[in-house]
Amino acid sequence: MGGFPGCLWRHRLASSGEQVEWGAQLSTLAKKVLGVGSAVVVLGVLIGLYVASWATSQPNTIVASAAPPPSGGTQLTLETVAAIGPKYEPSHPDWVSYLVRKDNKWIHSTIYSVPANSVVHVTLYQYDGDSGLRNPFLSQVQGTVGETETVDGKTINSIPPEEASHTFVIPQLGVFVPLPGVPEEAKNQCEFAPCEGAAHRTITFSFRTGKKGRYRWQCFVPCAAGYIDGFGGPMQTLGYMDGFINVV
Amino acid sequence: MAAETHPGTPEPNHARRFTALWVISSLIATPLVIFLLGPSLPPGNGSEQASGHVTDNTVLLAMATPVLLLVVIYLIYASIFFRQPKGGVLEGPAVRGDSRVQTAWVVITSVLVLSLAAYGTVRLLADNGAGSGSGPKPLTVPKGPKLPVQVIAQQWAFTYRYPTYGGVETTHLELPDNEMVELHVTSIDVIHSFWAYKLGVKADANPGVDNIAFVKPTHEQSFEVRCSELCGIWHGYMFDKGHVVSPAAFETWIHEQQTKFAPATKVLPPYSKTYSPEPTRRAE
Amino acid sequence: MSTTAAAASTPQPIGRPLWRKLIGFNLLTAVILGVGGYYLGWFIGHQISGKSFEFQTATDENDVALLLAYFFGVVGFLIGLGFANYPVSRLLGKPASLREKEEQGIGRYFGLCTDHKVVGIQYLVGIGLFFFIGGLNAMLIRTELLHPVPTFVGPNQYLSLVGMHGTMMMGMMTSGILGPFANYFVPIMIGARRMAFPRIEALTFWLLMAAGFILVSTIFFGGFPTGWTGYEPLNDQAVMGMDSYICFFALVGLSMCLLGLNMMATIITMRAPGLTWSRLPIFVWSVFATSVLMVLAAPMLIATLLMAALDRTISTSFFVAGGGGSSYLFENLFWFFGHPEVYILALPGFGIVLELLPVFTRKPLWGYRLAVSGMLGVSLLSFFVWQHHLFVSGINADLRPFYMLSTEIISVPTGFIFLCFMGTMWKSRTSFTVPMLFCVAWAFNFLLGGLSGVFLSDSPSDTDTHGSFFVMAHFHYTIMGGLIFTFFAGIYYWVPKMTGLRFNERLSKIHFWSMFVAFNSTFLPLFVLGMEGMPRRVSTYSPSLQALNVWVSISAFVLGLSMLVFLVNAVYSLIFVRLRAESNPWRSKSLEWQVPTPVPVNNFEQIPVFDSDPYDYGTPLTVGGAPATAGA
Repeated sequence: MGGFPGCLWRHRLASSGEQVEWGAQLSTLAKKVLGVGSAVVVLGVLIGLYVASWATSQPNTIVASAAPPPSGGTQLTLETVAAIGPKYEPSHPDWVSYLVRKDNKWIHSTIYSVPANSVVHVTLYQYDGDSGLRNPFLSQVQGTVGETETVDGKTINSIPPEEASHTFVIPQLGVFVPLPGVPEEAKNQCEFAPCEGAAHRTITFSFRTGKKGRYRWQCFVPCAAGYIDGFGGPMQTLGYMDGFINVV
Repeated sequence: MAAETHPGTPEPNHARRFTALWVISSLIATPLVIFLLGPSLPPGNGSEQASGHVTDNTVLLAMATPVLLLVVIYLIYASIFFRQPKGGVLEGPAVRGDSRVQTAWVVITSVLVLSLAAYGTVRLLADNGAGSGSGPKPLTVPKGPKLPVQVIAQQWAFTYRYPTYGGVETTHLELPDNEMVELHVTSIDVIHSFWAYKLGVKADANPGVDNIAFVKPTHEQSFEVRCSELCGIWHGYMFDKGHVVSPAAFETWIHEQQTKFAPATKVLPPYSKTYSPEPTRRAE
Repeated sequence: MSTTAAAASTPQPIGRPLWRKLIGFNLLTAVILGVGGYYLGWFIGHQISGKSFEFQTATDENDVALLLAYFFGVVGFLIGLGFANYPVSRLLGKPASLREKEEQGIGRYFGLCTDHKVVGIQYLVGIGLFFFIGGLNAMLIRTELLHPVPTFVGPNQYLSLVGMHGTMMMGMMTSGILGPFANYFVPIMIGARRMAFPRIEALTFWLLMAAGFILVSTIFFGGFPTGWTGYEPLNDQAVMGMDSYICFFALVGLSMCLLGLNMMATIITMRAPGLTWSRLPIFVWSVFATSVLMVLAAPMLIATLLMAALDRTISTSFFVAGGGGSSYLFENLFWFFGHPEVYILALPGFGIVLELLPVFTRKPLWGYRLAVSGMLGVSLLSFFVWQHHLFVSGINADLRPFYMLSTEIISVPTGFIFLCFMGTMWKSRTSFTVPMLFCVAWAFNFLLGGLSGVFLSDSPSDTDTHGSFFVMAHFHYTIMGGLIFTFFAGIYYWVPKMTGLRFNERLSKIHFWSMFVAFNSTFLPLFVLGMEGMPRRVSTYSPSLQALNVWVSISAFVLGLSMLVFLVNAVYSLIFVRLRAESNPWRSKSLEWQVPTPVPVNNFEQIPVFDSDPYDYGTPLTVGGAPATAGA
C-alpha cells in the first residue's frame, strides 16, 4: 500500500480537467457512497466475527480424571438423559443427550480428552428408556476390555436389541457398547437433566485407547424423537449424541 | 492478410506454422502420457475393475492431450503473433467464417465424441458395470461363481453381511483374493455411497434399494472404504479399513467372525436384499 | 393502503417532510414490514402446528412456523418496498403510480426502481455482496482443511459452511451475469427503452436479496447438513436450518423464472426495426438461450422444494422410503433442474466472451451462426443429461450408455464456442486489455473444465471420480473459471459505461494475474486429490493428503486476497480517485457504447434502426456500419 498516495496524487492531476464536468455532483455522491460503504464495512466485520464465532463454537473439552488407584488409567463418568431440560439448553429442552461429570457437576459436553495407550474406565448412568436398534448387529459388545460390559453389576456381552436405549461407539477404535434402557414400568422416571435420584441403570466398561488422534464417537440408536429414522436433531448435533474422543 | 503490421516483412504462413507446432507437440506428448503417465494413473491395479479404470483413464487422457494442446498452443501462439502494437489502432481482416473449417470441426468433434461414447459403452458392458453400482438387476453379470457380500450403510458406519456364511455380519470388510465378489449395497437410513478407492468400486447406498456392483481383487492388500455421498454430521468419519486376503485366510477369518458374532447373528433379521427397520418414518 | 397509494401516485417526492419520506415505500419500511411479517408468520405457525403435529413439538422445532415466517416476511418486505402499490391502485380504479421510475438521485438504488439501468447496478452490488459472503465461507472451509481432522470449526458448522457456500454460489450467481449486465445492456443493445416487464424486473432483484438474507439466517437455526444438492432423506432429517435452504432456493427459482420470462419477452418483442435474429448481438443470444433454460428448469426446482417442505412440515412421504416414497425421486427431480442450472451459469459466460472478442481483436465475430447454434444446442441438450449425476446410484443403470452419449455430445456445441473463439482471434490485432485477459483465461479454464468433464461423463471412469474432489475441481473450473472470470470481464468492460468511471489499470492487472494464478494453483491440485481418493464435503481426510491440502488452502487464501485487490481497486478507482472513463474506451461498435454516458432514462430519443450486426470490425473498413443512433 506504500505506493498509493503518490499514485493517487498523480491520477488526480491527470484527470483533474475531466473531473470538472461531473465534479460537484459526484463529490457529494462519493461522500454518500463512502458513508454507506464504511457503515457496510463495519457491519460486515461484525457479521464476519459473529459467523466465525458461530462456526468455531464447540462444547468444552473435558479431560478425563485419573481413575482410583487399584485400577489405574483414567475415569470417565457419563450419563444419558431423555431430555436435557431448560436448565442446560433453553432452546432444545426436549432433546436427548449425554452429559459428563467433572468436579462433581454434570456438564453438557461430549468432547473428552484421554491419554494415549492407556485404559479408560467408563461409568455410565443410563436414565433414558429403550428405543431399539436399527441394526441389531450393534447389540453385541465389541472392543472393550474382555469384550464385555457390566449392567447393574451383571457382566454381559450382548443385550436384546429392542432394549437398547443408546450406544457408546468409537468406530475407529473398534469400541461398540450397547446401553440397555430403563424399563418403562420403572417408577421415578427422570424428566430433565441432571437426573440424580431417578430410576437408572449403572453400566461400566473399560477400553484401551490407541494412537494419538481425534476420534469421533456416536450413538447408533434412533433416539431423536420426531425425526426421520430417529437420526436428526440431537443425533446430528455435536454435544448431544455425538462427540469427540481426543487421544493425547 | 490485408492488414500488414510491418510493410517490409511478409506475413508468415501462420496456418502451417501453428499446425506444425501442434502436430509435433501432440506427437511428443501423447505417447508420453500413454506410456509414462498412464501406468501410474489412479486407482492402481488393486482389482480387475481398477486396472480397467487405469486403461480408461489413459485412453481418455490420451484423447484429451491433443485437444488441450490445440487450445493452449493456440492461445500462446495468438497472444504472441496476433497482438495489437502498443497504442495501435490496426484492424484485423474482416473474415466472418470459413465453411470448410467449420464443417471439418463439426465432423471431427462429432466423430471423436461418438467414438468416446462407444468406447465407454463397450467398456461399461464388457466389465459388467466396471465396478460401479448397477442397480438391482445389472444388465450384464459375470459368469462363474461369485461371492455375495452385502454392504449395509447406516449413519455413520458400514457393516458387511456374508449370506453364504450363515448371514454373519461383521464390522470390517474382508475379501478373498482372485474371486469375483458381488457387492449388494443398501442403506437403512439416508443415501450413502460405498467407495473402495483402491478396488475401483463405487456404489450408492439408497434406502430400500439393492445396488449391485462386481469386483474381482487381483492381489492381497489392505484398502480404505469411504463414504462418498454426504450423509450427515459424520460423513467425513465414515471410513474403515478392508483387506484382501488369500482364500484360505478368508475361510479362517470368516469362521472366526461366525464364532465371535454368534450372539449378534442370532438376533439379526433374516438376510434380505433390503431392510426397513423401525422406525420406518419419524421416531416417537 | 388506499391513501398511501394515492400519495405515492403524486410524483413530487422532493417536497415531502422527512418523516413522510421515512414511512413511504423504501428500504426502511420494507425491513419493518419484513420483520413484522416474519413474526406474524412465526406466531401463526405456532398456533396451527404446535398442537396438530406432534413431531413439531417433540423435536423442539417448528418447521411450519419458520416457513410461514419466511413467507410472510418476504411478502411484508415486498409490500414495504412498494410492490403492492401498482396492483392496489389499479384495483381501486386509481391512476397507476409512476413514482418508481421518476425518482432521481442515489435513493433510487435503495428501493423499488423500474429503470433497467438502476436494476442492473443494484444487481451488480447486491450479487457482489453475496458473492463475497459465499467466498468467505470458502475461506473458512479451506482453513478447516489445513488439518486432516476437524479442529477449527465444528462438524455441524463445517457442513453448514459447505452448504452455504455451494447454495449461495449456485443460487445467487445464476443471475450473476443476467442480473447486472443483461438487465442493463440487453434493452440498450436491442434498441429498446425498457424491459418488457419493468416491475417484474425489479421484483426479481428484491426476491433475490430477500433470499440471500434467508440463506444466511440459517446459522440461527442450526445450519443445514446437505450441501447445495439438498438430497433426501437427509434433507427431511435435518434441523430447522434446512427450511432456510428450501426457502432460499424456491425464491431463487421464482426470481430465475421471472427473470427468464422477462428476458425472453423483451428479446422477442422489443427489438428495434432492422434488428433481425441474425443481427442480434451474440451476448443477447446467450441471454436468450439462458432464459429458455431458466424458464423451463426453475419451476421444477420450486416444485421439488415444495415437496421437500411438505415432507418436513406435514409429514408427507414423497422422498421417504419407509412411507412409500423414494430417495431417487428427489435426485431425479433435483438434477432435472440441476443440470440445466449449471448451463444457466455457463452460457452467459460464453456470450460475454464472444461479445468482447470482436472488440479487442478488431475482427468480426467468426462463425456467428455456429456460435448461436452452439448456445442453443447446449441449452437443448442440457435437458437430456441429468442422470449422469447418478451413474453409480443404481437408478436406471441400463440407461447409462444413453446418458454417457448425450453428455459427451454436449461437448460438440460447446466446441463450437471454442472454434468461434479461435477463429475470431486468428490473424487478429488483439489488444490484451484486462477484459480480454479474462476472456483468454476463460478459454483456458473452461477447456480444463470441459476436458475433466470427459472423465466424469465416461461411466466406467466416473466410478473413481464421482463424488470426489475431482468433481469439485471440475465444476469450479467450469463455473468459477467459466462464470466468475467472465463476470469480471464484464465488470471491467462495462462498468465504464455504467458509471462513467474506469478502473486503475495496474491494480486491475494485479487482480487478474493474482486471480488467474491462484485459481489454477487452488483447483488443479484438487483433481489430484480427487484421483487419490478424497471424497467431497469431508473435514476428515487421509493424513498422507495433508501436504497437498495445505498447498490448496494457501492458494485459496491468495485467491481470496485477489478478490480483495478487486475490492480495493473498485473503492480506489470508482470512489476515491474517480478516474473518468472515455465515452468509448474500447472503440466498440456495439450500440450500448454509442449512447451517451450516463445513459438517459429512456435510453434513446428515437428508436434506432439497425442495418447490420455490431461486429463490423476489420479491414476493408466499412465506416458507418454501426447502427445509426439518433440522438447519440
